[in-house]
Amino acid sequence: MKLATVVTPWLGWLTVVLCGAGLYLGLYGSPADYQQGETVRIMYVHVPAAWMALFCYTALAVSAGVGLIWRHPVAEVAARATAPIGACFTFLALLTGSLWGKPMWGTWWVWDARLTSMLVLFFLYLGYLALNSAFDDPQRGARASAILALVGLINVPIIKFSVDWWNTLHQPASIVRMGGPSVHPAMLWPLFLMIGAFTTYYLWVLMLRMRRELTASRLRARRRMQAEEAGV
Amino acid sequence: MDEIGKFLEMGGYAGFVWPSYAAVLAVLAVLLWLSLRGLRAAEGELSRLEGDAGGARRGGGHEGASET
Repeated sequence: MKLATVVTPWLGWLTVVLCGAGLYLGLYGSPADYQQGETVRIMYVHVPAAWMALFCYTALAVSAGVGLIWRHPVAEVAARATAPIGACFTFLALLTGSLWGKPMWGTWWVWDARLTSMLVLFFLYLGYLALNSAFDDPQRGARASAILALVGLINVPIIKFSVDWWNTLHQPASIVRMGGPSVHPAMLWPLFLMIGAFTTYYLWVLMLRMRRELTASRLRARRRMQAEEAGV
Repeated sequence: MDEIGKFLEMGGYAGFVWPSYAAVLAVLAVLLWLSLRGLRAAEGELSRLEGDAGGARRGGGHEGASET
């Protein structure tokens, strides 16, 4: 808790610096694409949002699994704190993808493998959040939602490899691929800066939300103690 | 001036590029604000409760001492 309090503002500043540099290079300091023109700049927010959507879901499922198996209370808190952040990233990946798809593909949406599996991921996040808070007993809610999170983990490799397994409108992998990235360094730099900014943003908000959850549980314990004292 | 206009125009794709960035900034800013607000509210409530409990305990102890 003490470490989190110290680290939180640093994560905030790191996010601001990385985001500032990433936005400058992404919007101004990098060239337009020879085919996609200026719409390529959507990549600098779309790809980090999509990566973080997958990263957060993996972190959520691992934390929920640790909470389920070893009954580690902090793991449960981390899972619960991650879910809304991951849901926001997934929503943004879908929205910015749609805004990129319209001028480049000629459509806002298509039911192909990559887009549909990302939409399923968004519903998994919402399902986790709904199930987690659906029980009066928080322990039962944590257990039920952890099972959903673990089952839903199968969707992560499906999303990653959907562009290879099926014919989709979405382009195949261009960064994490055999033979290295196929993106020019002038575009790779702002992309990595924005991925860094999104990662530190996630850790920043995660710390805030975990501290809030832990404070809320101390608050509940304090209220219980007061009620018991008043009863005696 | 012309350069700024050209930059804002985004090669004719301003209607797609700027809403993408605006949506990302808006959603992430709102999530951050809600998270900060939630933490501040919980911390404020806890310190108020701990202050009350401390005061009550101190008050209770004083009363108890005066009785004996």
